Amino acid sequence: MKLPIYMDYSATTPVDKRVAEKMIPFITEDFGNPASRSHAYGWTAEHAVEEARRNVASLVNADPKEIVWTSGATESNNLAIKGIAEFYSKDKGKHIITCATEHKAVIDAFRELERLGYEATYLEPEANGLIDLEKLKAAIRPDTVLVSVMLVNNEIGVIQDITSIGNMCREHNVYFHVDAAQATGKVDIDLAELPVDAMSFSAHKTYGPKGIGALYVRRKPRIRLQAQMHGGGHERGMRSGTLATHQIVGMGEAFRIAKEEMHAENKRIKTLHERLLKGLTEIEEVYVNGDLEHRVPHNLNISFNYVEGESLIMAIKDIAVSSGSACTSASLEPSYVLRALGRSDELAHSSIRFSIGRYTTEQDIDHAIDVLKQKIGKLRELSPLWEMFKDGVDLSKVEWAAH
Amino acid sequence: MAYSDKVLDHYENPRNVGSLDKDDPNVGTGMVGAPACGDVMKLQIKLGENGIIEDAKFKTYGCGSAIASSSLVTEMLKGKTLDEAESIKNSAIAEELALPPVKIHCSVLAEDAIKAAIEDLKSKK
Repeated sequence: MKLPIYMDYSATTPVDKRVAEKMIPFITEDFGNPASRSHAYGWTAEHAVEEARRNVASLVNADPKEIVWTSGATESNNLAIKGIAEFYSKDKGKHIITCATEHKAVIDAFRELERLGYEATYLEPEANGLIDLEKLKAAIRPDTVLVSVMLVNNEIGVIQDITSIGNMCREHNVYFHVDAAQATGKVDIDLAELPVDAMSFSAHKTYGPKGIGALYVRRKPRIRLQAQMHGGGHERGMRSGTLATHQIVGMGEAFRIAKEEMHAENKRIKTLHERLLKGLTEIEEVYVNGDLEHRVPHNLNISFNYVEGESLIMAIKDIAVSSGSACTSASLEPSYVLRALGRSDELAHSSIRFSIGRYTTEQDIDHAIDVLKQKIGKLRELSPLWEMFKDGVDLSKVEWAAH
Repeated sequence: MAYSDKVLDHYENPRNVGSLDKDDPNVGTGMVGAPACGDVMKLQIKLGENGIIEDAKFKTYGCGSAIASSSLVTEMLKGKTLDEAESIKNSAIAEELALPPVKIHCSVLAEDAIKAAIEDLKSKK
């Protein structure tokens, strides 16, 4: 068993070896610029880029012409949100809607638009992390131009009902963007059917390389957007910049493999998820964050009450996971996603995100469960909160000296 | 974040974990911090007949640096008079553990815990 055991696939995934092999020739030999039309180097690169585009489109059942290469999901989110808002706000208005639990790349793009005079609504999700459609409906106004909601949440793994959200947007003539960075290869995406106008993708969450992503931009009916990166007019003017052929080839191959293997792989991961969930919920006072049914099995976000997240991560250093608590930064803020679910500060501070994937084994899961059981016990022995809980003290009634 | 060896040592082998009888007139209990802030320290000291702190115990909910700070403090307190204990500064704790700037608040909390425990003890006299 290789230590530390990697259980942070939602942060990033290793590049699949098959993907890496396919990429290498495009760095050293087939290095041409895909925009070079006058020689074979350019043609070879262009051919590879277009094959990759077909593979990406194929995973999500889109037309290859609807795929725009970007540097990653952050750029895709920025391009979609700012691009659509800027293009259509003249006619539609300057109100935009998203959810409080979105990725920072969406939240901060919204904040930037607010700075530019837009008005934003941040929907609070229900306690299970899902958006109440009635609340969305109530938030939509005549001047609403764009709604942006993620498909799979990066912290808690819940799957939003983007079909219903999209239908509601269509009904009200509002553009709809979906951040699907965490969804590819995990849930089926059929853009021929889904009422979605733009969708963001990332390669490195799906066993492709970092630094490459894509934005789906619907053609029928045609969605326009204001370019955010200006230059040579690549990608039909939506995103200028020389295409990173090797990265694109990597993303294409990663998405091709995802399409081929996702159903078998997800079945296996679901079994591992159930094993991990069963093992960890044998521990007293643990709480799963996010809906258990509407979620991808790749993610298990769990709060170990009365144990602080950062010390827990330190205790389980043989397991590479993320904490919902941002104590490692200077902010000392618990996860805004867990806060938005209405989790208490204690539970938010006590959360760990396990995310499993292609190379996680049953032995990895069993080892993680053993380590967690042992270390949670040790840290609770150290915890005054655990002692108070065991003495029957209601912690919510205690007057803390906040600092 | 990389922790110093001293933090790791106190974290892996915390000294003087536990509780003293909070109703004992010679025991002072200080509880500082808040779960919302991600750290709570409980520090207890027991004063001997001779006015010297003969025992100190702690329990801490918090990051590794918070646990190490309180563990170190229990070691520092034993054998000291209340006046000496009161003069322990957070800077001494931070220096001993080589805490990075973002973790200085852990040493501040430990100093607050000492003061709270002493205050509690004095209020019983």
